[in-house]
Amino acid sequence: METEILITGFGGQGIVLTGNILGMAATLYDNRHATMTQSYGPEARGGSCSSQVVISDEPILFPYVENPQVMICMSQAGFQKNCAMLQEGGAMLWDSDLVKPAELSDQWRCYNIPATRFAEEMGNKMMANIVMLGFVAAVCALVDPESLRQAVLESVPPKTRDKNAAAFDRGREYGGEILKGRARQEH
Amino acid sequence: MASKAVLTGTHFMNGDEACAEGALAAGCRFFAGYPITPATEVAERMSRRLPQVGGMYIQMEDEIASMAALLGASWGGKKAMTSTSGPGFSLMMENLGLGIITETPCVVCNVQRGGPSTGLPTLVGQADMMQARWGSHGHYEIIALCPSSPQEMFDFTIRAFNLSERFRLPVLVMADEVVGHMNERVLIPEEGAIEVVERKRPTCAPGQFLPYRPEADGVAPMACFGDGYRIHVTGLTHGENGYPAMEDRAQERMVNSLVNKIKMNRDAIISYETEYLDDAEVVLVAYGISVRSARRALRMGRDRGLRLGLVKLNTVWPFPEEFIRGLAGRVRALIMPEINLGQMVLELERCAGGRCPVRLVGHAGGSIIRPGVILSAVEDIRKEAV
Amino acid sequence: MNQPSTAPCMQHPQEELLRSERIPHIWCSGCGIGTVFSCVLAAIRKTGLPLDDVAMVSGIGCTGRMAGYIKVDSYHTTHGRAIPFATGLKLARPQGAVLVASGDGDLIAIGGNHFIHAARRNIDMTVICVNNLNYGMTGGQQAPSTPFGAKTTTSPTGSPEEPFDFCQLAAACGAVYVSRWTSIHIRRLTESLTRAILKPGFSFVEVLAACPTAFGRRNRMRAALDMIKFFHERSVIKNNIDPREAPLDFEGPLLVGDFIDRDRPTFSDNYALVHSGQLGEWPDLERQKHTSGQ
Repeated sequence: METEILITGFGGQGIVLTGNILGMAATLYDNRHATMTQSYGPEARGGSCSSQVVISDEPILFPYVENPQVMICMSQAGFQKNCAMLQEGGAMLWDSDLVKPAELSDQWRCYNIPATRFAEEMGNKMMANIVMLGFVAAVCALVDPESLRQAVLESVPPKTRDKNAAAFDRGREYGGEILKGRARQEH
Repeated sequence: MASKAVLTGTHFMNGDEACAEGALAAGCRFFAGYPITPATEVAERMSRRLPQVGGMYIQMEDEIASMAALLGASWGGKKAMTSTSGPGFSLMMENLGLGIITETPCVVCNVQRGGPSTGLPTLVGQADMMQARWGSHGHYEIIALCPSSPQEMFDFTIRAFNLSERFRLPVLVMADEVVGHMNERVLIPEEGAIEVVERKRPTCAPGQFLPYRPEADGVAPMACFGDGYRIHVTGLTHGENGYPAMEDRAQERMVNSLVNKIKMNRDAIISYETEYLDDAEVVLVAYGISVRSARRALRMGRDRGLRLGLVKLNTVWPFPEEFIRGLAGRVRALIMPEINLGQMVLELERCAGGRCPVRLVGHAGGSIIRPGVILSAVEDIRKEAV
Repeated sequence: MNQPSTAPCMQHPQEELLRSERIPHIWCSGCGIGTVFSCVLAAIRKTGLPLDDVAMVSGIGCTGRMAGYIKVDSYHTTHGRAIPFATGLKLARPQGAVLVASGDGDLIAIGGNHFIHAARRNIDMTVICVNNLNYGMTGGQQAPSTPFGAKTTTSPTGSPEEPFDFCQLAAACGAVYVSRWTSIHIRRLTESLTRAILKPGFSFVEVLAACPTAFGRRNRMRAALDMIKFFHERSVIKNNIDPREAPLDFEGPLLVGDFIDRDRPTFSDNYALVHSGQLGEWPDLERQKHTSGQ
């Protein structure tokens, strides 16, 4: 079974790195298969950008995401352009300060987090993608959360490991609380 | 201690990076290049990695100079490579020809994007395939490999070096933007498990050496700068002694020699893999990233009961002419997905020679071929063939 | 050198450096390239370098054919590309001396971009440019060296363009050794070439030479000796001056000499430095500490 994940945002947010960390966690630490492809424009900063990740227990035949089960949106434009692709029953994750969804399908599982604001509070908004990955670890069963954390630590500059670990944990805790809150509501 | 040149282990890296690592593992110690999307990551990694292994990276003023510097470095005794994309590949055609006529081993990786001209810098294409074959003027043979994954970027780059050293010519790794930028598992073996070929060097006395006299394998030994042979190397038509020879007989001998060394060794060069050919009615013939589209289509088709097969071309030049001819006589149709409006399919058609219908599934570039489009073509051709 | 094969069998004084089996050469009688070639061979011997450690790289054109007659490892490459080829050769085998022999069109027109960048990088090579003011091999077309108003087959009423001053160009781009001579300055040219070959870094030697067949005959210097006489009458030697003070001027005195001899780290020196981990961070580099005393 292949799981397709689409991550969208704009250049400079670390969208490609986010996809890379997910794929790395699946490949190197969960010992599964993953591909990560990217699409971007000519701008180094600010242009729209997306990263497509496929994770599977089998070697992956086709690396494009056509029917994602998970979508992570870090920009309004990315959300609007791509949200229609998300499968029924899929998980929609977004940064609540950057994306204001006009319409959300009741067929989706929806989760949002002020990832950029959290990262700013922790001293560097560049870590918003890492906060988001922590959030992903909590709310989606894509990869082992510890594998993901390990992949984050391996991917960031050694001097910034502690800060990134804290950012990841912040997102993960926030996700955990959301899940608990929903479980309480359901009971 | 394991050498720093071979990063043995499992990696999650992109194809461009894997290409650079393959080059280093093959013994490449010189890189000259010019930044160009989507091949820049090869140069970036080489600029960081080559000094770690005693090699040298230089960023040249353009791709013309890059290609010239490769040839110089190769005659200086180093294994050399460059990476580029369409516009740079066009500029390299001049000295690619010099590499061919002077029989200079080196490797050029073209991470293809959409063209013509500046085209689609950040998006995929497979439309330089005929340029790879005939892009430099004059008549010659070339070797081109097409990787379909980052792992193959690593493996095929090593093979490209080995072929270039063995047969003394520039070898092309015809990658594409998706393979170059896609991250996937790359397994780098132990250094001892990697086969590395070195060019033949002369053993005779300098006075007896004829630098362009082929041995039984069609290839002449190569004397590099400083080996003491004090040879002359020229881009003019030359005799076996390397000296210019401006006459039709010399041209006939030399061009045939360039062609023959590839033709007579084509079984050692040509590489392809087959899947589900035993009962296949319709066979998909694919190379590079389009192999991935074809594989997915094959799986989907088999699930629907369609008897599909796949031929994955690892080398596209020389083209596996005899194999395709045989195959065309046994199947109902051949379909080639490629990201252009019909290039390698012309070769496929030529080799099929009318024994079965041949169809293109192509578009002008910017994205990879969707498996569904391949399946529609399969359905169409099955209807026609009935 | 251009003796018929029936002449008494005398050995050429530079026999060891010649591919005698390739003589007679292609150069016209009266052409200055042969003289310059002779000076290059003499200079190589004067350096005392082992001949196996000397290479010559050339592009296309009459001067480019030098690489075909010299008996060292020699590479006759594509038009304009001798310098980038030589760059690869030198960097791959640093212990060798690499000479580039080029004509004016080859070096500065089609190869101009490579010339300025190799000088900027200070790649360790010696570039010898035989400047005969036109494209000789193809029959005398206008080149970036053709003086304003001079006639060629593609400027039949006189060239409308101002030429480059090659020595000024080389100096401005960072060459560490720059000199200009004419083909009559045999002794001085040979000495200059010897110093240039031994000099680490990008050395440039321009030699003005007669091309009676293609250039001279369209510009009132039809006979082989006309331009040689012209060089003899007009040349004024000025050493150690900024090439900007020695513009190439055929209407006044023809200034020649050893213009520049200065020291600057080569590309290879700097490559080693930047990978030594001791450079510091730009813009506060500690370059002086590491390059002085080299």
